[in-house]
Amino acid sequence: MALLTRRNFIGTAAAGLALPALRRSAFAAEPLKVGFVYLGAIGDYGWTWSHEQGRKALIDALKGQVTANYVENVKEDASAIPVMKDLAEQGNKLIFTTSYGYMDQTIEVAKQFPDVKWEHCTGYKRADNVGTYNSRFYQGRAVTGSIAGAMSKTGVIGYVGSFKIPEVVMGVNAFTLAAQAVNPKITSKLVMIDTWFDPAKEAAAAETLANLGCDVIAQHVDSPAVLQVCEKRKIYGFGYGADMSRFAPKAHLTASLDLWGPYYISRAKAVLDGTWKPDDTWWGFKEGILAMAPYSKAVPDNVQAAADKMIAGWKDGSYDVFTGPISDQSGKERVPAGERMKDADLLVMDWYVKGVQS
Amino acid sequence: MRIRLEKRLTPSRFMQVATPVASVLLTMALGAIIFQLIGFDGPHAIYETFITPIVSPFKWQDVATKAAPLIIIALGLSLGNQAKIWNIGAEGQYIIGAIAGAGVAFALPDAQGFWIILLMIAAGVLGGMAWAAVPAFLKTRYRVSEVLSTLMLVYVALQVLSYLIGGPWKDPNGHNFPQTPPLTAAQQLPHAIPGTAIPPGLAVAVVLTLVFWLLTTRSVYGFSVRTVGAAPNAARYGGFDASRTVWTTLLISGGMAGLAGILEVASQLGQINLGFPSGYGFTAIIVSFLGRLNPVGVFLAGLILAVTYVGGQVAQTVVHVPNATAGIFQATMLFFILASDILVRYRVRVIRDAPRVAPAEAVA
Amino acid sequence: MLTFIIDALVTVVGVTTPILLAATGELVVEKSGVLNLGVEGMMLIGAVTGFAVALTYGDSLGDFAPWLGVLCAALAGAASSMLFAVLILTLGSNQVATGLALTIFGIGLSSLIGAGYVGAVIPPFDTLFPDSLAGDPLWRVIFGYSPLVYFALIMIFVVGWFLNRTRAGLILRAVGENDISAHSIGYPVIAIRYAAIAFGGALAGIGGSYFSMVITPMWAEQMTAGRGWIALALVVFSGWRAGRLLAGAYFFGILMTLELYAKASGFSFLPSQFWASMPYIMAVAVLAVISARGVTGSEAPACLGRPFLPSS
Repeated sequence: MALLTRRNFIGTAAAGLALPALRRSAFAAEPLKVGFVYLGAIGDYGWTWSHEQGRKALIDALKGQVTANYVENVKEDASAIPVMKDLAEQGNKLIFTTSYGYMDQTIEVAKQFPDVKWEHCTGYKRADNVGTYNSRFYQGRAVTGSIAGAMSKTGVIGYVGSFKIPEVVMGVNAFTLAAQAVNPKITSKLVMIDTWFDPAKEAAAAETLANLGCDVIAQHVDSPAVLQVCEKRKIYGFGYGADMSRFAPKAHLTASLDLWGPYYISRAKAVLDGTWKPDDTWWGFKEGILAMAPYSKAVPDNVQAAADKMIAGWKDGSYDVFTGPISDQSGKERVPAGERMKDADLLVMDWYVKGVQS
Repeated sequence: MRIRLEKRLTPSRFMQVATPVASVLLTMALGAIIFQLIGFDGPHAIYETFITPIVSPFKWQDVATKAAPLIIIALGLSLGNQAKIWNIGAEGQYIIGAIAGAGVAFALPDAQGFWIILLMIAAGVLGGMAWAAVPAFLKTRYRVSEVLSTLMLVYVALQVLSYLIGGPWKDPNGHNFPQTPPLTAAQQLPHAIPGTAIPPGLAVAVVLTLVFWLLTTRSVYGFSVRTVGAAPNAARYGGFDASRTVWTTLLISGGMAGLAGILEVASQLGQINLGFPSGYGFTAIIVSFLGRLNPVGVFLAGLILAVTYVGGQVAQTVVHVPNATAGIFQATMLFFILASDILVRYRVRVIRDAPRVAPAEAVA
Repeated sequence: MLTFIIDALVTVVGVTTPILLAATGELVVEKSGVLNLGVEGMMLIGAVTGFAVALTYGDSLGDFAPWLGVLCAALAGAASSMLFAVLILTLGSNQVATGLALTIFGIGLSSLIGAGYVGAVIPPFDTLFPDSLAGDPLWRVIFGYSPLVYFALIMIFVVGWFLNRTRAGLILRAVGENDISAHSIGYPVIAIRYAAIAFGGALAGIGGSYFSMVITPMWAEQMTAGRGWIALALVVFSGWRAGRLLAGAYFFGILMTLELYAKASGFSFLPSQFWASMPYIMAVAVLAVISARGVTGSEAPACLGRPFLPSS
């Protein structure tokens, strides 16, 4: 019985499959092939768009040394496995899987391709050839929170989220804490819509928040729907992951920008140098993977200055929004005065700070 | 000169086999042309979508893995479809079956031995059956259309899943993400039967194809199902209870969908998250029709549809066609085969006009 | 307090309108005896077409561009429904499978066409009356909506009147109840069903354009997020009666909005999945009740889903 084992066929099949991307020069040092697995479309002006900008930055910075290709619209289910295997079989030696929902698939496929280095974004499972990376999005949330706190006239700010996962919770809390630092009486209303994608529901949630008195709304959902509602209702909002001012010129105050370029460049260099290790990277403003979009004219100068000061504080480590005293919604103190929350606690955060109405 | 459709005495066997094949070929041709017009490398895209998964051995496992649940579900659906009982809620039954099987696994986390897998599978089948029993009850007792009731229950099943994995069944070590804890090693099936690259699901699908083939062609039950569908009055005279047929076909198709669900959980990702409902229940309907409701046809059709899924991803990576194209191909194949269905039942005749005669002569 | 109520009403209307549009169209289709499961696909085709046209002609036609967009959305929806109609009416294919194929096809085609439009924006098509009325804090509850909202309300009344008070509507219902008899009396069953399907497709297309031109003026793949299936559930829930369809649509809309209000106000005692599954559970319940009681006039058209097979 012919054994259709993977080992028997990989070599012959990979050679036999005439993929145009495969190069055969055995003499010149071949460029490092890097692959990217994207959740959405590169034109979405959101999450995937920013990863795509990072990929382009990688090609620019390491011209000639790397080539990088991508697959977009990969669903977060078992069908991601063949996509990842394809990329590995096409000769990519460093592959970035850019969404939480690819975690198990990445681990699975990494076992079958031990000589490929895998990097999973926003996950927590690692292996000998799998590293994880994340961005301290909450730092940007704090900046937007301080602006929201200064600019809200009603004292009620809104937040449209998807699921109650640590990353979203951290964002809500950072946003609220920073706003409270400016206006201690501020409350934030939170609506979780329990889906990653439903623009109409995002818009309805934003309308509901506006109806209930919010005059600044932040979002942790993938489409600009919330901003469009803010524009219509003549209130303010923030972009998520990319500058979304094109969708809401008057309402868009600023946005936290995900700049993945520096990280991708550093990891590609590590593979080229041979120094790549599976790591758990959590960078922020300081390391350059987070930045703010230009402030809109509606933001007063003093508020802009305060925001810039906060960014500088994040960069030199003198500021951390999660510095105690912090109490949760029931009033219990979770972080004593003067103490900063540890990373490990942030990563499993499942409680909201006082002042969040969820 | 007119074209006339003449009903055949018996459905044409040749057409029954030729039309699915022609549908696939036509889809390939049409797809190549349209992609070329839009600006992609049309023939290359078609090659990658349809041919590459067939000729590249390392794609076979992906195709087999994808085909298994499609075939299993479609076998069950085809039986009901022969009786003109339309279960379009297979997706919901798939989900509930997976939930039932996983529930058993979570209740017995320390179990060892193969029997736990058998128990999970049994629970999966029963779960799918239970979800199909509701429409069956509604149809036999209240004459509620099973098309509508099975469909509505799909969306209820999706909410049940979302609630469980976001609440009571949430993985305590999962960083609060909506997903279940992973199944233990004893509760999982290997990706491939040891020593081969064949996914266990495909092995099950092969066996079931045989079982359904025997059932449909060699058993009285199979005959009764087909008769109820083709000639309900004759069936009643023959003593075949339509009500019983509704129950049995819905339960069988529900059970098959549930089986596919638990197999998918146990042998693929080993846990359930929001990405679990992949639409297999709906695609299986296409498989059922493409296979002409015949078990062997369904097996082949399942493979073909799996090829378009897998090939669609390859095409996306290599030719950069959008991944929506797989869906367009599948729908187009289904359109062609549904359109060509008429050729099975009718013969196309070209009639030349008879020479004009005076009405008086015609009467005489 | 009044503002609170008005705000809430405005939100409910926004949530309800697309479903009402698609369901109104499907009501006519099902009354004629055809079950078109391709609503979701037709809505998406309408959404992408309306957006693309409004975007392309936004500069040259200015304020007329969105009207043209909606018209093209209707035409696109109707055209895609013709694909379905030819298959089931002229070629006699299975309605369930063909409808599903249309949905899958519509999802894929709209994604393909829309790929080039991701990230583009158009001005929202959301006012009809002059700003003095539409922006007025009190009167906006009546005058502040998109033209599509008024169109939807007008359409459901027109359809209700047509079905129950006109001869043509009676014939359409007869075709749905007993196509063989209607055929023997001499009514053109096939032609009537073609017209009904086209109408359903047009309205589904307009309903889809509501997403891409009013609620969130942009295009994103699968942006209708399953509303087409809710529209199908609504037709069932309404017992195939126009008046109940209107009430049912707003009932669903209120449920959906209530869920968001509850969350925003801190009341999450019922999981959101409960709210989300309510339309479907209620549709099944209503189906059971009306089928069991056998109330004439509010049960499924007898020929629903069955192919038309005249013996001649």
